[in-house]
Amino acid sequence: MSTPKDLKFSETDEWIKVKGNTALIGITDFAQSQLSDIVYVEYELDVDDDFEKDETVATVESVKAAADIHAPVSGTILEINEALIDNPEHLNEDPYGSWLFKISIEDPSEVDALMDAETYDRFCEDRGD
Amino acid sequence: MAEPTIYEISSPGRTGFQFHQPDVPVAQLPAELKRNDLPFPEVSEVDVIRHFTRLSQLNYGIDLGFYPLGSCTMKYNPRINEEMARLSGFAMAHPLQPIETVQGNLALIYQLQEWLKEISGFSGITLQPAAGAQGEFVGGLIMRAYHLSRNDLKRTKILVPDSAHGTNPATSSMSGFEVVNIPSDSRGNIDLEKLKEICDDCVAGLMLTNPNTLGLFEEHLQEVIAIIHEKGGLVYGDGANFNALLGIIKPGEVGFDIMHFNLHKTFSTPHGGGGPGSGPVAVAAHLVDFLPAPVVGIVEEGDDETPPLYGFITPSKSIGRMKSFYGHFGVLVRAFTYIAMHGANGLRNISENAVLNANYLKKLLGNAYTVPYDRACMHEFVAEGFWDDAPGIHALDVAKRMMDYGIHPPTNYFPLIVKEALMIEPTETESKQEIEHFAEIMKTIAHEAHTEPELLHTAPHHTPIGRLDEVKAAKDLVLCCWIPPEE
Repeated sequence: MSTPKDLKFSETDEWIKVKGNTALIGITDFAQSQLSDIVYVEYELDVDDDFEKDETVATVESVKAAADIHAPVSGTILEINEALIDNPEHLNEDPYGSWLFKISIEDPSEVDALMDAETYDRFCEDRGD
Repeated sequence: MAEPTIYEISSPGRTGFQFHQPDVPVAQLPAELKRNDLPFPEVSEVDVIRHFTRLSQLNYGIDLGFYPLGSCTMKYNPRINEEMARLSGFAMAHPLQPIETVQGNLALIYQLQEWLKEISGFSGITLQPAAGAQGEFVGGLIMRAYHLSRNDLKRTKILVPDSAHGTNPATSSMSGFEVVNIPSDSRGNIDLEKLKEICDDCVAGLMLTNPNTLGLFEEHLQEVIAIIHEKGGLVYGDGANFNALLGIIKPGEVGFDIMHFNLHKTFSTPHGGGGPGSGPVAVAAHLVDFLPAPVVGIVEEGDDETPPLYGFITPSKSIGRMKSFYGHFGVLVRAFTYIAMHGANGLRNISENAVLNANYLKKLLGNAYTVPYDRACMHEFVAEGFWDDAPGIHALDVAKRMMDYGIHPPTNYFPLIVKEALMIEPTETESKQEIEHFAEIMKTIAHEAHTEPELLHTAPHHTPIGRLDEVKAAKDLVLCCWIPPEE
């Protein structure tokens, strides 16, 4: 799967798609392939909750492991994608089309500090995949 | 052939039990207490016996064959353990009996406490915890109580290496701490620089499994302990892998402050099939007062004529009771027997052979599997269950294929820091021939992965039930063999 060029990426394998002051957050194709079949999504935060960059905002569980999802930037939750609770397999099937949170961004410079698609691809390769 | 459930065997009106003619007047149950919605299976005695005997024959256990389940130390459980645990004085004792009538049982607990302290180099111990994870929880609460007793209120963090057992972050969190992850370096040790950077005076302690889950001895153990102690933190030892160290290292003497044992791993006792476990927690002198209550001690000294009177003692700053009564006594009897049968030299032999077996097996596998962090291992090692030139083959396929050869698969997908991990622990109770046989099977499977990948993808083929749908099993939980009809 090719990595979408319009997204930014964290070192903990989350993607962020920015639109003005708001953004969507999800997990990367690398993350879902490492986890394998995802069976649970648990949201740690509710709408209107504030969070810091790197804070754990959700947990996903696969048949192999559980993993924390970290906020790639600081902000506030605008919307939670509740469809994923019943259909967590969407994260496997369409990682870049399945967002976990819609957020408002607190500090746009935090977005600039994230990796672009090309850098993230290299980052994944360096980890032996 | 799949065995039907007991409900599927049920036949209306069939019964395997008759009430005796009552010798008291018969009374009718009030109507409001009667219910018709609970369907017991209607079966005869022979139906029951055959059903459960067939199920038991489908089971796999250490008594049937090799069981290299990494980190679980699935060693053979000597039969003398079972004989001792069945002695009526042990098996029939009631925990509320007056202590004068169970002095033998208390003496056994006391002696086991003394032996475990000697083996581990600690000053105090509780045998209460039900298993390893509860032992960790006890450790977390003791750390908390210790810092609070010194009015040291800023310590909110517990450090946990990324090679730790999954229970370590869970129990730290349950004890009220924030968990901070410490990465491993390229040799599979704790990253010392990172540790120095992260460790400050807000750290309550470090939870360290040594050897770690890669089966590797922490090469900078003394430095790691010193870094934590320098900042006023405590070092907790996860004793799950203690089978590598018996008679070789005493964790209490190298600076650990707390440690739990897994009696159900290191000291045999039944383990596969879900327990029961037993997770005693030993502590250094400065933490003895915080141990859960009660601990067994001598309440009246004896003399030449009379033996001492054993009873219960409450440590002065005890964190309280962790479990009803005195722990899993039956497992304590087995561990006592195991230690008594082996003696000090025997215990050291156990660890030496466990380490030798693991290294021999690792060597036999040669290049068939990649073992990252390739250095001499302790009692277990972690191999990768994938090959770049065998696309689509995963550790799960390798593990499932092993079942076709009559072997219990190793732990897989753990530790998380190894890709497609297969964690293999042969234990000391397997013979050289058994280990060679297992190595041959693993090599055969590696060959099949390259030549007949479909064989692995669809494995197991020779078990009563084939490949299970793990996703469905995790998502659609049905925890009852009888599903109530919809209203």
